[in-house]
Amino acid sequence: MENNSRRGFMGKAFGAVAGVGAVASLYAMKKSWDPLPSVKAAGFTTLDMSIYQENVMVTEKWRGKPIFVLKQSAAMLAKAKENPRDIERLVEISGAHYMVCIGLCTHLGCIPAFRTASNDFKCACHGGEFDASGMVQMVPPPRGFDIPPFKIDGTKLVLGEVGPEWQAMKDNGITL
Amino acid sequence: MAHFTKATGIADWLDQRLAVNKLEKVMMSEYWIPKNINFLWAMGMVLVITFALLVVSGIFLLMYYVPTTDGAFYSVNYTIMREVDFGWLWRHVHGVAASVVFLIIYIHMFTGIYYGSYKKGRELIWISGMLLFVAFSAEAFSGYMLPWGQMSYWAGMVITNLFSGGSLHADGLVEWIRGDYVPAQAFLGRFFMLHVLLIPLAIMGLIGLHFGALRIPHVNNQDGEEIDFDAEAKKYLDGDSKNSKVMRFANDFMSKDMMVVGVYLIFFFYLVFYNYGFAMDPVNFDPADGLKTPAHIYPEWYFLWSYEILRPFNIDLGLVLFAFAQVIFVLLPFLDRSPNTCAANRRGKPFMIWFWLMLSNMIVLTAMGKLPPEGIFSTIGLVAAVLFVAMWLALPIITSMEKKV
Repeated sequence: MENNSRRGFMGKAFGAVAGVGAVASLYAMKKSWDPLPSVKAAGFTTLDMSIYQENVMVTEKWRGKPIFVLKQSAAMLAKAKENPRDIERLVEISGAHYMVCIGLCTHLGCIPAFRTASNDFKCACHGGEFDASGMVQMVPPPRGFDIPPFKIDGTKLVLGEVGPEWQAMKDNGITL
Repeated sequence: MAHFTKATGIADWLDQRLAVNKLEKVMMSEYWIPKNINFLWAMGMVLVITFALLVVSGIFLLMYYVPTTDGAFYSVNYTIMREVDFGWLWRHVHGVAASVVFLIIYIHMFTGIYYGSYKKGRELIWISGMLLFVAFSAEAFSGYMLPWGQMSYWAGMVITNLFSGGSLHADGLVEWIRGDYVPAQAFLGRFFMLHVLLIPLAIMGLIGLHFGALRIPHVNNQDGEEIDFDAEAKKYLDGDSKNSKVMRFANDFMSKDMMVVGVYLIFFFYLVFYNYGFAMDPVNFDPADGLKTPAHIYPEWYFLWSYEILRPFNIDLGLVLFAFAQVIFVLLPFLDRSPNTCAANRRGKPFMIWFWLMLSNMIVLTAMGKLPPEGIFSTIGLVAAVLFVAMWLALPIITSMEKKV
């Protein structure tokens, strides 16, 4: 009897030590899979917005993802103004309007192609379409292109940093 | 201390220390297999041999493969394919075996379903087998990342995106799995580790469990007959091997098994030498480019049926049905409510129709998954996907109405 309770105690004591160790090692394992500091530090890209031309779609790169930059022509802007969900998506810098979006289909992450003839984007994977402001026009994508966190700095745009304009977009549910 | 005597030879020396004679009996000559079986019972051994081929060819590939985003593509397509003597052989054996192993797994699975080999004490064989299927799927996917071509990269992108859970937007989880915002060095490194160490270890452990689960209920037979293995084994050992319903695993059963393996290996190496192209996607011979999506992204043929269940629906419903398709086979022993353990053709019309319809439907889903999702193909795909789910929901009902035969 005395032996049994001793063994019981030893079993519980070992269980406690092993439990603490298991939780601690799971924490370490989880943290070891996190993105490295160098990966996170490389997560900022600065774009000089004055160099873009109207109607020309340019693909930049931020955090390894393509960023679509499209300076809106007068015709695109007029069309976007008809729909509040469209115009709200555009970034205004020095009077000009830009579409700045993560160029990945919000369905499963393929890169849609820009079609100059119709001024829109078409995803070859599952047929999704987006207009010139990045708003979704045809499913399966559940929403328009996501807009990367940005901060306006004069005529420059810093991607990866949260500025008040982006925060407002997020709060209004325009982007995730 | 145990008592040891002077050994009469090497066999006796080993037997005193390792009980090799006893071991040989337990594992081979007195492990009993029913006589009323057919060539489909050899698929287990065919899988063992294919797994061995994967391990051996993998070891040789591992010596030259470089798991870096800069070096991986070159090490596979130049170093292994052009510089290493017979490097092409290991790569083609590995690629063909990775594809063919799924064909055999599907035959093995549907054999089990047809003959009811997941019932009456054999549930754990089925469950461990399905866990093996999951482990092999993970192994195939992680291996597909390693050449770091366009299909590797974009399959990695799309599959890891599934973990965002659609509208749940668990982007943090996706970034954690990748170790980066997109598939990059951290991603390649961890999938390399999973492919060459962790998942193979899990597979080997599960194979042990699968065999262990077979031990007590024994292998099923063509007629679903409940055999008294002790009585039949005694009959065999007493010299009446003709009238016994069982035979030795080795050499009786093994000799037939290895005959099938021989035929299989001729087919296998025909593929390796003359027809390996089906296992090598041409798109994957372009190096990974994060800024260019291939025109069509599709998985390897063995994942097409479940991919097609994901595709026709909006993202949330698609993910739910995809998850359903992944786990539902595991539950088969509990969804089949029938008292009968025998071949599908003797269980009455409903289950027999269910079996052949399920098999044909999965072939249809596979074909539609490969075709572009347009027009009539997407309609057929949608119908087949709905039918798949409906049939699984109907299974408990039709099997509980089944009469005892």
